[in-house]
Amino acid sequence: MATEQMKARTEAKNGQQTRDWATDYDIFDPDYVRDPYPVWDELREKCPVAHTEHWGSSWMPTRYDDLFAIAQDFQNFSSREILVAPIQPPPDAEASPFYGVRAPPISSDPPEHTWARKLLLPHFSIKAVSVYEDETRELANSLIDRFIDNGRADAAVDYAQQIPPRVIASMLGVPHDMADTFTGWVRNLLELGLTNPELRGPARMELLSFLNNQIMARREKPTDDLISKLLQAEVEGEPVSHIHLLGTCLLIVIAGIDTTWSSIGSALWHLAQHPDDRRMLIERPEIIQNAVEELLRAYSPVTMARVTNREVEYSGCPMKENDRVLMNFPAANRDPAKFDDPDKVILDREFNPHIAFGVGIHRCAGSNLARMEMRVSIEEWLKRIPDFRLEDPSAVTWAGGQVRGPRNLPVVFP
Amino acid sequence: MKVKVDQEKCQGHNRCFVVASELFELDDYGYAHEVGDGTVPPGLEEKARLAVANCPERAISIEED
Repeated sequence: MATEQMKARTEAKNGQQTRDWATDYDIFDPDYVRDPYPVWDELREKCPVAHTEHWGSSWMPTRYDDLFAIAQDFQNFSSREILVAPIQPPPDAEASPFYGVRAPPISSDPPEHTWARKLLLPHFSIKAVSVYEDETRELANSLIDRFIDNGRADAAVDYAQQIPPRVIASMLGVPHDMADTFTGWVRNLLELGLTNPELRGPARMELLSFLNNQIMARREKPTDDLISKLLQAEVEGEPVSHIHLLGTCLLIVIAGIDTTWSSIGSALWHLAQHPDDRRMLIERPEIIQNAVEELLRAYSPVTMARVTNREVEYSGCPMKENDRVLMNFPAANRDPAKFDDPDKVILDREFNPHIAFGVGIHRCAGSNLARMEMRVSIEEWLKRIPDFRLEDPSAVTWAGGQVRGPRNLPVVFP
Repeated sequence: MKVKVDQEKCQGHNRCFVVASELFELDDYGYAHEVGDGTVPPGLEEKARLAVANCPERAISIEED
């Protein structure tokens, strides 16, 4: 889309305001949230590393090669801040019992990052997550049972949103009926709370209190769940500190819920509109793994931030110390310099080195879990509901910011 | 033909293992290693090339005979 058209569109929306995406981007702009692709195309072409002064100075690379290079350079680009909108701690923050709890290893740099990540990885291997596959399949079917006779459902609210929090609850050994509470906390922390500290503070406090109690209970009476296993882990002969463990449990909840739910939702949004792709998956079930990778590429949900450790000039951009860099992995995955026909979803695409899970030392630790949940959710949906379509395209709503995916997705089926 | 995973570059995406489990194995942390000395048995050359192409870290190389 031409710049003038983009400006006109934003102008129409905001009344008098004109937005130049290269120098004044806004990831919360409602048009951008709904359809970011034209903006990325234009930026990649004309100003591949965009800048904004919204929420402090931040930069947004959009080309695959730039995302790759910055992600590998953890010495200049730190992960100590992963959200683009700076969070002002409340004045009494230091009095909180959870002062100083972070989310390692996503919020860590080496050397802490190295051992903090090793602590988690064995529990998220392909083999480790396969333990949850059968129950994920049962869960998907029990959700479908609730709405299949109605001929309609909200594929986001009634299905995609329901799956990840229950799988995470199983891993942590907490009751499934906590799932809706988890979802509420995560939305208030990362979606609604990203720009609204009033929601964020209490959600963080409640979630940390809950996890703190769970950890204390496992100390008393260990079971075979992930919290108990992390409690038994040692780093250089020492148990891991309570504050670290609490942060890691926080990460497992906040990283594994709205992200995967967004991916499952986007996949169903795509399939609802592409009968040929539904047919392809039904006739050639063996391509499901390629299809999951392709849907991850085309509808990558997650954008993480980095913060500069020092003054850096990257690709001609004068980044100051403590500037944020918004790692637009989703835009990289639609870069025509890397992928043929990037805007086309080709479910059996064979060349697909997408970086939806990031790249470099912070590659998403839960990627195997996310893939399993996506694969199983799509397979079970198509077995039961092979034919479906959007009930009303204008009723679909999207969450944006740093995790993008459908939040309302009404579909109908015969 | 031989494949080799650069241990410094691998970040455990597991794409090579999914594409060609005959050629790659994973350790407990999910980091990949070529099976044996990396020799690609006849008929698996295409899988080896796919593994190289799909590695987001550009960690896999092929040595042609």
